[in-house]
Amino acid sequence: MDDFNSETDSDYTSYWRDWFISSRGNEYFCEIDEDYLTDRFNLTGLNTEVQYYQYALDLVTDVFDLDCDDEMRETIEKSARHLYGLVHARYIVTTRGLAKMLEKYKKADFGKCPRVMCKSHPLLPMGQSDNPNVKAVKLYCAKCEDIYNPKSSRHSAIDGAYFGTSFHNIIFQVYPALIPTKAYDRYVPRIYGFRVHAPATLIRWQHGQRDDMRKRLRKLEIESGFKDDEEEVEPEDSEEEEEEEEGEMDALENGEMDGGGNNQV
Amino acid sequence: MSSSSGTPESWISSFCSLLGHEYFAEISEDFIEDDFNLTGLQTQVAMYKEALEMILDVEPEEDDEEEEDEEEEEGDESIEGEERSSRRAAAERRHHRMASDLSIIESSAEMLYGLIHQRFICSRAGIQQMSEKYELTHFGVCPRTNCESTRTLPVGLSDVPGEDTVKLFCPSCLDVYVPPNSRFQTVDGAFFGRTFGALFLLTFPEYDISKKGAEVLSGNHGPRAVASHPTDTDDKEKINGMNASNLAPGLGKGKMYEPKIYGFKVSERARSGPRMGWLRNRPSDIRELDEAALYHVEHPDETDDDMSMNGVPTQPRQPTKKSRRPNGGSPMSIEPNGDAFT
Repeated sequence: MDDFNSETDSDYTSYWRDWFISSRGNEYFCEIDEDYLTDRFNLTGLNTEVQYYQYALDLVTDVFDLDCDDEMRETIEKSARHLYGLVHARYIVTTRGLAKMLEKYKKADFGKCPRVMCKSHPLLPMGQSDNPNVKAVKLYCAKCEDIYNPKSSRHSAIDGAYFGTSFHNIIFQVYPALIPTKAYDRYVPRIYGFRVHAPATLIRWQHGQRDDMRKRLRKLEIESGFKDDEEEVEPEDSEEEEEEEEGEMDALENGEMDGGGNNQV
Repeated sequence: MSSSSGTPESWISSFCSLLGHEYFAEISEDFIEDDFNLTGLQTQVAMYKEALEMILDVEPEEDDEEEEDEEEEEGDESIEGEERSSRRAAAERRHHRMASDLSIIESSAEMLYGLIHQRFICSRAGIQQMSEKYELTHFGVCPRTNCESTRTLPVGLSDVPGEDTVKLFCPSCLDVYVPPNSRFQTVDGAFFGRTFGALFLLTFPEYDISKKGAEVLSGNHGPRAVASHPTDTDDKEKINGMNASNLAPGLGKGKMYEPKIYGFKVSERARSGPRMGWLRNRPSDIRELDEAALYHVEHPDETDDDMSMNGVPTQPRQPTKKSRRPNGGSPMSIEPNGDAFT
């Protein structure tokens, strides 16, 4: 983006979109089809949102031929990027757009979930608002169903509205096979192997919520998507408890040795 | 090795200033010199003596004689390959040490330092040092959007070296994350251990763990609203031994992501519907988690003979709280007399 001025001639006359999606920081974007961009219906309402709308559109569709000074060109360039982003939010929920984003998702182009228990599950870009200039782009993990900030500052500057609030949910409705199996795995804070009272009560409460949900779903005969779906909830839980107890016994044995050393000083 | 006398920086501080070692605290030499703190590490680290010397920057000349005696004694106990090679090394040390030896000792020293570090950061001096690093955000911030950049703590998922790398524990959502920078993916999690994260929370109950980062705009109604309790106005409300405001302030209503399509919530009944809400949930009234008090509300007639609890449901929490205050809320001074050891 920075070297725009030096390369303008070769870049804006052809393949502006190629240049845009391949430039650093724009890894989250996919390429919008020419057909989609030239269909005015798809751009409804954007003319009020984007400055120099017509020039920006010309630039994006590689038909820009206005003679103007660098400052003007820079402004139009900025508008073009904004326009591309806003159309992008609409495009990625179309069949073609979903397929393109799916490819990127499979390659983990949007990064991987930082949560340890998600085991590097690929992320999807999302916005917390459909209006531009409200919130930056966030990354959604389908495994833990939570949103995270992008690692890199060049991504955290992208507007969330360029991806929208719906895309990452629609993609799992369109491709239900992509829905990852959900897992019970979680972190339990411990001190010398013993669970800490306050977090442990919260965790128990959360597990109660989870089991209630699973019971609700079972009553409705809806797949809950958890790994061990075919098993009953009740025996499962008692098993889990037993495992935890065993773990605690081990921890106790090891913990005492460590604890002795640490309590000195 | 005599050439090392020219280096002005101690091994410990140069180790801690290496790229990727930003999470480490500098262990005080006093701690390392106390043999009690090193109990059991001899068997875990190859070339233990040499590694320890390296960490403490001890000149080999000074204790060569002593060294050789020790080596002979150890030689009787075990004649493993490493042990034997270290004995040979001890014999030749006065003249020169082989480069390969040095690199073995260097990696042993790093392992030994890490294992001592695991114990050190749970000691009073160590946890203090780590709290200073925490305050300066040396361990980074939580990547979770709704935690709003609260500071994290380095933890291990195992106390055994070689199993997993260091992770970041976010006290605001009680979850662990992979450090964003790949240089930490070579740092062993056991060098921080499983205990440190939770111990830190109990040692410094006064920290506002939701602080730092973007000012909380919408989340104030969560933990802060219930912070004033009618029975103890002078003190912050406690829940199960923690300040209520510090129990997972990043979770619960308003801090959970709700999937929506064109503004409409995705139903739980949909196949792609939300299933993991529980993981980020928290009762809107945190007192719901005070199981002991709730029990007494439900069973007002039953009396517990063993715990001298009687009458008002909130009262039973009081005596323990009062007795804890003189210790500054530190679990380290409580534990030896506490439940776990009696």
